[in-house]
Order: sequence, then C-alpha cells, then structure tokens
Amino acid sequence: MADRTLPIDGSLDLTPPREQEGTLLETLHSWVITVDHKKLGLMYMMLAIFFLLVAGAEVICIRIQLAWPDNHFLSPQVFNRLFTMHGTTMVFLVGIPLVFGFANYIVPLQLGARDMAFPRLNAFSFWMTAFGALLLYYSFIGGGGLYGLGNAPDVTWWAYAPLTARAFSPGHATDYWALALIVTGFGTLGGAINVIATVISMRCRGMTLMRMPLFAWLMLVDSGLLLVTITPLTAAQIMLVIDRYLGGRFFDTQAGGSAVLWFHFFWIFGHPEVYVLVFPAFAIASEVIPVFSRKAIFGYPAMVAASVGIAFVSLGVWAHHMFTVGMTSASNTFFVLSTMLVGIPTGIKIFNWLATMWGGKIRFATPMLFCTAFLFQFLAAGLTGIMLSVAPWNWQLHNSYFVIAHFHYVLVGAIVFNVFAGIYYWLPKATGRMMNEKLGKWHFWLFFIGFHITFDTMHFVGFQGMPRWIYTYSADRGWNHLNLVISVGGMIQAVAVLIFAYNLITSLFRGKIAGNDPWDAWTLEWSTSSPPPAYNFATDPVVQSRRPLWDLKHPEDPDWRYE
Amino acid sequence: MFPEWLRAGRVTGLAFTLAVFLSSHALAEGPQSTPSIFAPASTPAIDTYHLSLFVLQITGAIFVTVAGILLYVIIRFRARDDDDDREPAQVYGSNQVELAWTVIPVLIVVVLFLTTARLIFAIQDAPKPSAALEVTAVGHQFWWEFRYPRQGFVAANELHVPLSNTSHPSPTYLDLLSADVNHSFWVPQLAGKIDLIPNHPNDMWIDPLYPGLYVGQCAQFCGVQHAKMLLRVYVDTPEQFAAWASNQAKPGVQDPAVAAGRRVFETEACMNCHTVIGTAATGRFGPDLTHLMSRDTLASGAMLNTKENLRQWIKNPDSFKPGSLMPAMQLSNDQLDQVTAYLATLR
Repeated sequence: MADRTLPIDGSLDLTPPREQEGTLLETLHSWVITVDHKKLGLMYMMLAIFFLLVAGAEVICIRIQLAWPDNHFLSPQVFNRLFTMHGTTMVFLVGIPLVFGFANYIVPLQLGARDMAFPRLNAFSFWMTAFGALLLYYSFIGGGGLYGLGNAPDVTWWAYAPLTARAFSPGHATDYWALALIVTGFGTLGGAINVIATVISMRCRGMTLMRMPLFAWLMLVDSGLLLVTITPLTAAQIMLVIDRYLGGRFFDTQAGGSAVLWFHFFWIFGHPEVYVLVFPAFAIASEVIPVFSRKAIFGYPAMVAASVGIAFVSLGVWAHHMFTVGMTSASNTFFVLSTMLVGIPTGIKIFNWLATMWGGKIRFATPMLFCTAFLFQFLAAGLTGIMLSVAPWNWQLHNSYFVIAHFHYVLVGAIVFNVFAGIYYWLPKATGRMMNEKLGKWHFWLFFIGFHITFDTMHFVGFQGMPRWIYTYSADRGWNHLNLVISVGGMIQAVAVLIFAYNLITSLFRGKIAGNDPWDAWTLEWSTSSPPPAYNFATDPVVQSRRPLWDLKHPEDPDWRYE
Repeated sequence: MFPEWLRAGRVTGLAFTLAVFLSSHALAEGPQSTPSIFAPASTPAIDTYHLSLFVLQITGAIFVTVAGILLYVIIRFRARDDDDDREPAQVYGSNQVELAWTVIPVLIVVVLFLTTARLIFAIQDAPKPSAALEVTAVGHQFWWEFRYPRQGFVAANELHVPLSNTSHPSPTYLDLLSADVNHSFWVPQLAGKIDLIPNHPNDMWIDPLYPGLYVGQCAQFCGVQHAKMLLRVYVDTPEQFAAWASNQAKPGVQDPAVAAGRRVFETEACMNCHTVIGTAATGRFGPDLTHLMSRDTLASGAMLNTKENLRQWIKNPDSFKPGSLMPAMQLSNDQLDQVTAYLATLR
C-alpha cells in the first residue's frame, strides 16, 4: 500500500488553471498551434458537433420534401446532393471526429499519461480532417467547375461506380468528394496510429493491458480497425481519381473495368466502418453503466474478448451489403454465416452490460438515461441486423427504408444516444461545470420519443416497398401517412438537439461547479482537477487495479484483491 | 422515475401493435397498389415471406426476453430515495454465465443459418424449365428496356409476363443487364431485388400466381431521376399474353392520316434515340415506340399515357421528370400536334 501515490485531492496543485489572458486573437492563435491532447480533443468534438448540426439541417430539408407525396420543396438534383452530403458528413465529419474527440480527451487521462504519444501528429491529424471537411463543403461553391455554378456531390455516399465516371458525373463534384475523403482519410490514419501508440506505450505504472479501462480498450481496437479499413478506401479513392483524370480503367465498365470491384473496395471499408463508429458508443456505455449502476463491469475479460472478436469478424462480412449484386449462392451463404456470427460477441456485450446493472443501485442521471435507451435500441438494431443477414429476405429489404431504419437505429439509437451520454458525463471534466440536469431530461425524453416516432415507423414503410434515395413518390403507393409521421418525429428530434445545444452553451457560463469527481467514478480522469491542468497529473499515478479510485475510496475492500 | 419508464414501455407496446396491424392486413392475395413484401404473389417472394416470418418469430422472442430483462432491471434495481449510502455488492463476472450466454446464441445462429442457406440455394440455383419465358431486362438512366429474344420484339417500361400456377409452372426468367450505371429490379410482391450492373450480367426468376398489375421501382441509385424509374409488371392470362405478344411483334401502324407527324418524327432528332419498326427510326438510346399506345404510362411510369400528357412530355420532359435524358426539342405547336397525333396511332 505504500506505493499508493495516486494524485487525488491534496496531492495535486488545485489552484485553478491560469485564466487565458490576452486578446481574442491570441487565444485563437493558441488553439490553432496547440498540440495538447485535450484541446485537440475538444476541437475534434466541436468539429463533429458543428457538422452534426449541418447534416441535421440537411436531413430536415430531406424530411420536409418526403413528408408529402409529389412534393416540390426540393428539386431532384438538390435532394440527391443533400442525402449524399448528409451521409458523407455524418460518417466522415461527425462519426470519425467523434472517435478521435473522445479518444484524444479521455484516453491519456484514463491511462495516467501526460499527452498522446505523438502530439504533433495529433495536431496534423486534426487539421487534415478539418481541411478535408472544408474541401468537401467547398464543392457547394466549386463543384460545377468552370461553369461557375456550384454543386455538391450527388452520387450517394457509396459513390457506386460507374455513376462516378466522368461520363455520368461531369464537373468537379465527385472530385471534391474523392479528394476530401483522401485528405480526411490521412488525418484518420494519423489519429489511429496515435491512439494505438498511446495505448501501447503511455500507460502509467501498474496499468497492465488487462487493467486498462474498457474505454481505452475499445479505442485501441477501434483505431486498429480504422488503420486496416481506411487504407482500402483511400486506395479506392485514388483509383477513382486515376480513372477520372489519368485514363484509368479500374471502374470503367464501358472499357472492361469492373463496377463490382468498387463495391468490394467500398464495403471492405464500409462495413468495418460501422463498427468503427459504434465502438465509441460501446466505450461510453462501458464507463457510464458501471458508474451509474455502482458496480464493477461484469465479465471484463469477456468484454475485451468480445470487442476484439467483433473487430476480427467484422472484417469478413462486407459482402452482406452485396447480396443483390449477383454473387454465387456459395458466396452468399458464406457471408450469411459470417454476418450472423457477429451477433454472438455483440450479444455477449449486451448481456454483460445487463449483468452489470443487475443488483446495482442504478442512478438515472442524464448520462445513464441515454445509455439505458442505447441498450434497448442497440438490441433492436442488432436483431434487425440479423433479419438483414438472411440473404433471401435481404433481397427484399436491401435498399429499402427498412435498411435506413436499421442503420439509423445503430447510428442514432446507439451512437448518437451514447455520444450525448458521453458529453453529459465528461463535459464537466472538460469545462469544470455541470450541464443542467432538468434540461438534460427534457433533451433525453424529447429525443427518445422523436427517435422512436421516426425510426420505428421507417421499418414499416420499408416493408411496404419504399426504396431509399427517392426524392418523391406518388400518393397511390400508400406511403404518405407513414412518411408524414417520420418527418414529424424528425422535427421533434431537431427540437431536442436545440435544447441540448442551449444546455451545452449555457452550462459553460452558468453551470454548477463540477469538482474533480462529480459522478463518484473510478477511473483516473476523475482524480485530476476539472478541467485538468496542461499535463494532466502533477505526479505519475500508479494503479493496482482496474478501478484505482474505487481502491482509494474503499481501502477496506479494494479491487486488486479480486483480480 | 417509475411512471416515466412506464411511458417508455407504452411506446414499445404501441410499436408492437402497429407491427401486428401492418403485417396482418397484408395477406390479401394478388396485386396491390402498395407493394408490400408481406403480400407475396410469386414463389421466390412467398418462400422468402415464410422464412421472414420464422426469423421474425425468433428475433421477436429474443427481443421480448432481453428487453423484458432490461425493463425488470431498470425497475427492480433503480436507486431509491430511502437507500442507504452503501455501495451494492461488487460482482466481477462468472465464467458459467458467460458460457451460457455464448452457447445459446450459437445454437440460434446455427438454426437461422441452416434455414437461410436452404432457401438461398432453392431460389438462386433453381433449374430453369424449358417452357420458361426468357426476357432480357436492360436498365437505362431512367427507364427499362425489355427484350423478348425468342419472340423477336422489344418493349419498354411495362413488363408483360404470363400467369403461372403451381401445378403447371410457367415462370419467367429475367436476364439483367445495364446500358449505363447500376440499377436494381425490385417488384416486392414478385421477388426480391437483383441489381443490373454494367459488364456483370445477372439473372432472376418469377412465377406470378395471380393476374394483374404489380408495381415496383429501381432500387439502386442511378442518377437524377432514380425516383421515377418505376416498374410495372403485368401478369396476363395465357390468352391475354399471347394477344399482347402477337401485337408487339408487328411493325408500327402506318396511318396515312398522320403522315405529317411521321415526317416530323423522322426529320427531327426523335429518330436518333427511338425506334419505330417499319420506319427509318432505329435509335436505341430511348424506349422503343413501335407500340407506344399499348402502354398505360409514359416515361417509365411517371404519368398516365394520355394524349395531353404525351404532348406535354414531348414539349417539355422536365415538367414531369426534371433531369430525364429526353431533351425538349423546341418543336412548334403545329409540329407538336402532328407528332403527338402520329404517336397516338402506334398501338
């Protein structure tokens, strides 16, 4: 016990961090040149939240257009651009920056490290992502090329060849799309390498891999997955640019190229990408659920194994997006099996979270509300995923609104819900102030109700044969009532998100002072001050178990006795 | 907290009621205006429907069980106001329990996989009977070409196939090709969708068991007017089909009363893209118009085939289908009237 030098309360310099003095310009300058993992983490988060609002605004326009049959709110051209931008933005400018926002801010603190392994690479990665985003959105101005008429890409976020060939997509919109993804892709690769290096080499004394918080584990696996999936995507984008400008014939079907080759390249990135996006949600749940249930995570080794298992299996399921492409019956059967197998480790994770709550004293503060809804929705999303893996049924459901419902259940019902949980949970650490609990509950319930109105209904309109990517439909198809319901639910979610934005901004000025450890939590980030000082810890912490702060708070019953 | 969670439970209940409602009304036989996958009318769709009910039962049971446990945990183990400050008992895990909830899902996966695999082979590798009708469907930006190679004619946008029945099946086999980008052939009541990919021929089959008009549409994004690349499949009785096919095999009607319109058709750019058998027009880029008036709709189902719509479509295609590849030819009003009158004779 003598080596317990965990910096808590008295052991740390508690004078509040130096107020930023200087002009606005100097403050801005300090943020632009920073290599501090916390500032970069916050910048990633701000980027992600900004584009979440942008992509949200895009989808509100889409939902207004689809609320009534034969509606003329948007032209087909604009509609196609908006859903392409919505998808691309959400995946590359919201989902991936969120991974690195959370990983940057939380992982070094949880590992007891003073920064990421490569601080300069970290800044480089962020700015690549930010400039890639700029490139994508500049297409609204520059996409039309010499004609001076801007337009954004309109080839869906899958950008299936040969629609992206110059014959079918003249102008520069598709070029902006490809280049933006190459640029953000390099940022993502840098970020992934950084997280892996940090987790491998920056853990504090005593923190073996099997004592690492599950959050850090999931970010490690997530980064590994990013490393092997962004690479083929970037390769495919480069091939696309070669096709468009250097006379390549990779995807040019008129000259013997293969569209199916693009499908494979895209989905060998695209499917693991779904897990890349959902792992932060798992990571957040694995921190929030134990703390608010007041229990250690149930089955830690099983959770680690399941995460690694999901990552491996997810690399072998990509062609379940291609059941309708006309593969042989044997290939289809293989991908049915591999896809169904993902359900097993995923089930293990859900059961372990449930077992963690079992026998606890669950405090339903806002983060836990979001996490509980996540469990419910992720369960449903997993089961609709099983339905989609049944290839003959997939021939019906593929590209229908059922699929839209399924993946929004994952991307919103699981990921966005848990991102909100994570923000309510960790923002007090980053700003030193709590978010308003009452507004948080309003946000939760409105978002929860709006979510279910929208996405539960979408399953049924999919059953009724409504395909995705259509800018309008005629009234005799009988889809109008359900579509109106879906749109109304979307508006409710928008109101909820505005409440969240208001809550977040006002909390910066008027929020209750948080203190170091507002949730009575157990991992290292709660031992330092809120917000943490420049290098996080005054002295290097030493840990003896998975829950160092539990050991400190319960010296009579420390965790290390049981591990 | 308690009443709030009850409310969440009610939302779930409502969703279930809706599910039962929506799937029960779907069982009517024959074609419907809403192309529900739960109203199948052809063997691949019917078999898929039965498999889907089986999968729904299994996944539904899993959902009810696990969500039930979750609800129980939320209510039973919520923190209460009168709790003492002590932490609950810390449990770190149990190998037996982990094993149990690994093995049970494995068994479920085995069952689901085997039933799925059986149907994949049954549908995809079904032997083609020699009596089967062969049709080559070619996807174009934003319309469908249907070639009947054995009968020697080409139709567009409205696919006619003969009625089949279980004792004497007369299925239709579709060879799926694309002239430009990817498309997907989806008529939910007849079969699942299969993509039309350039340079990658696919095929599928249907054997519709009830006559009538089945609707569907392109299900793979193919450009600006993907939304109005609609599909209409007419399932005809054998007599109706024979009559339709023999009419399609004839050359275009030559009515001297509309010779002026035919002149416009042959001297303006119309003939560059369209074919009318028996005239100089042999274009392949747009739909074959030899029997335009035998179709109920224009522009791949975008509007009804009336004379007014036809004239307006020729005058300004964007008024119905903005972004379609048919150009507005800037014809004079007289020319429009003449060419419309000519086309209206092409039965």
